[in-house]
Amino acid sequence: MKNHTLTHLKELESESIFVLRELAAQFEKPALLFSGGKDSIVCFHLARKAFAPSKIPFPLVHVDTGHNFEETITFRDELAKKYGAQLIVGSVQQSIDEGKAIEEKGFSASRNILQTVTLLETIEKYKFDACIGGARRDEEKARAKERFFSHRDEFGQWDPKNQRPELWNLFNGRKHVAEHFRIFPISNWTEMDVWQYILQENIEIPSIYFTHERECFVRDGVIYAHSHVIPLKPNEKVEKMQVRFRTIGDISCTGAVLSKATTLEEIVEEVASTRVTERGSRIDDKRSEAAMEDRKKAGYF
Amino acid sequence: MTEFSTAGYLTMDLLRFTTAGSVDDGKSTLIGRLLYDSKSIFEDQYEAIRATSEKRGEEYVNLALLTDGLRAEREQGITIDVAYRYFATPKRKFIIADTPGHIQYTRNMVTGASSANAAIILIDARKGVIEQTMRHTYIASLLRIPHLIVCVNKMDLVEYKEDVFKKIKNDYTAFANKLEINDVHFLPISALKGDNVVEASKNMDWYKGNTLMYLLENIKIENDINHSDARFPVQYVIRPMSTEHHDYRGYAGRIAAGVFKKGDAITVLPSGHASKIKSIDLLDNSLEEAFAPMSVTFTLENEIDISRGDMIVKTDNQPEVTQEIDVMICWLAEKQLHVNGKYSLKHTTKDVRCIIKEIQYKININTLEKVEDDKNITLNDIARISIKTTSPIVVDKYSKNRNTGSIILIDEATNITVGAGMII
Repeated sequence: MKNHTLTHLKELESESIFVLRELAAQFEKPALLFSGGKDSIVCFHLARKAFAPSKIPFPLVHVDTGHNFEETITFRDELAKKYGAQLIVGSVQQSIDEGKAIEEKGFSASRNILQTVTLLETIEKYKFDACIGGARRDEEKARAKERFFSHRDEFGQWDPKNQRPELWNLFNGRKHVAEHFRIFPISNWTEMDVWQYILQENIEIPSIYFTHERECFVRDGVIYAHSHVIPLKPNEKVEKMQVRFRTIGDISCTGAVLSKATTLEEIVEEVASTRVTERGSRIDDKRSEAAMEDRKKAGYF
Repeated sequence: MTEFSTAGYLTMDLLRFTTAGSVDDGKSTLIGRLLYDSKSIFEDQYEAIRATSEKRGEEYVNLALLTDGLRAEREQGITIDVAYRYFATPKRKFIIADTPGHIQYTRNMVTGASSANAAIILIDARKGVIEQTMRHTYIASLLRIPHLIVCVNKMDLVEYKEDVFKKIKNDYTAFANKLEINDVHFLPISALKGDNVVEASKNMDWYKGNTLMYLLENIKIENDINHSDARFPVQYVIRPMSTEHHDYRGYAGRIAAGVFKKGDAITVLPSGHASKIKSIDLLDNSLEEAFAPMSVTFTLENEIDISRGDMIVKTDNQPEVTQEIDVMICWLAEKQLHVNGKYSLKHTTKDVRCIIKEIQYKININTLEKVEDDKNITLNDIARISIKTTSPIVVDKYSKNRNTGSIILIDEATNITVGAGMII
């Protein structure tokens, strides 16, 4: 008899496609939260597989902090154009200008937390009832307890103590008016799975994931990209470094790593030998032990 | 990680397991040990728990801290919910459903068990088989977890004595013989000291069996899925409405069991319409065959009316189409189950309404006796009930197929999932 066992990557792919199709069947107005980072790119690729030969049946939504890497924005626009996907951009700058969000001050000011305001506003404006996110359970301890179908109340809040049990392949997306869901199709993937999949499927990713020369400076052991977004302290000095980014977020909260990786194969090898967590270079998680938990409860991704 | 190779990674399979133990059985330590000894722990994570252990004045680096969860949990010193953990060895990728031992044990364990290939049941060597052990074993057998691994933990605290292990093994076997369990393994371990977890123990030369990691890496899982009864619940209908794919009508779904091939004679249930599989698609690929648990899209030779909730099966092997089912139900909510109560029922991709016709008996989860005069079904209770649905559903027995034999019940007022049922 033939071997009818899937490899773990194929099984994860199949599970994620199943989740995306459940979403499309159970919700009226879904959207894919698209940051231009590798996890949301994988979600987009999976969505293409799930609905081919149709176009994906939901728009891409980007919450733009205004502090994004230029390369990410270019990539986002080109991807949407290439596949004929609708792109909606929610602007944190606009939320600030309208007085709905207040900019943080000081050397470590970041717009990361402000994203929640713009995200919830965008959800309300377009009446989205489910937003797909590329969050993975292996990233962080609050995320380890997330569901595939994560219920949010009318304020967008997550209640970790009161989640719906998820059994077998049965996802309960029922909700009351004004409530919505966050859907996490790649919950069960690890950072390594994502990179292996990108390699296996030959998925395009933004150039800053590969090594490049960039003006950087070091603060508290983290390598930052030098830009107008982060003011330098007097003792900090800018130098050219050979770096790449392991995750892509806001310039103000994404650290770079020294790297020589120029190909996907080399990135995979680097990920395999690295001994520090991916979110170790995310300054947004370092604010307190429960930083992610608090942001999620407030309606963050 | 030194043995890492991309080629190897791409051929690994996936084992999902759940861990069950009562409070202080050393479950967190065991998971921490598996993560640490498989080198799945990053330096920054290890440094953080080392610092915390030192601050608390603990003698060892407390590996249990690796599974520490939410702030609310740390504050209350309890685990609230199922947490998922991941690790990989050169042979396999693993997903652990880490379920809390104490409060809401049944609800959480049932959730973790529903998709597991294997369950690790922990027993404290000093305490032996206790009520909790029996409950966990019962749930594992009820949910039909294909493989059980019974770990007698804390062997270091009983001087690694063989007779302690043997007695526990005998006690457990006597109990487990009453249940339907196919594959059970016993191991003497110390999660704290690392005996027989990843490294073979130097303290128990009387034990000739494998280590826990060896078992996890080598348990055969290909037969955990039903390969004979082909079932395809239609999840979503794909109609591109574009010039290029003007007449394309694809039925998207995840194969719940068995194998489908191009050209297979199929029947759509409950309607009974027949056709043949014209193509099996996945993005730019057309496949000759597809099997569980693949997500694919079928196109058919004839144009027939098919929508979400229908099931495509092979014509020569059909499941039951019915409006009346008996299920073993695990109740997941504080609010009681009501006879004559109406609920929303989810089965594969089908949503129907249903009414509870009868509560036949409740299971006393400690003695496994059927209690017929207690119809009071509340959180964590398990009972046999009869249900009638408003329209037909296409079912197999849970013992034959976990995917087409399972249901959930949803409270229509609160929208909360209140029951998990296995069709008898």
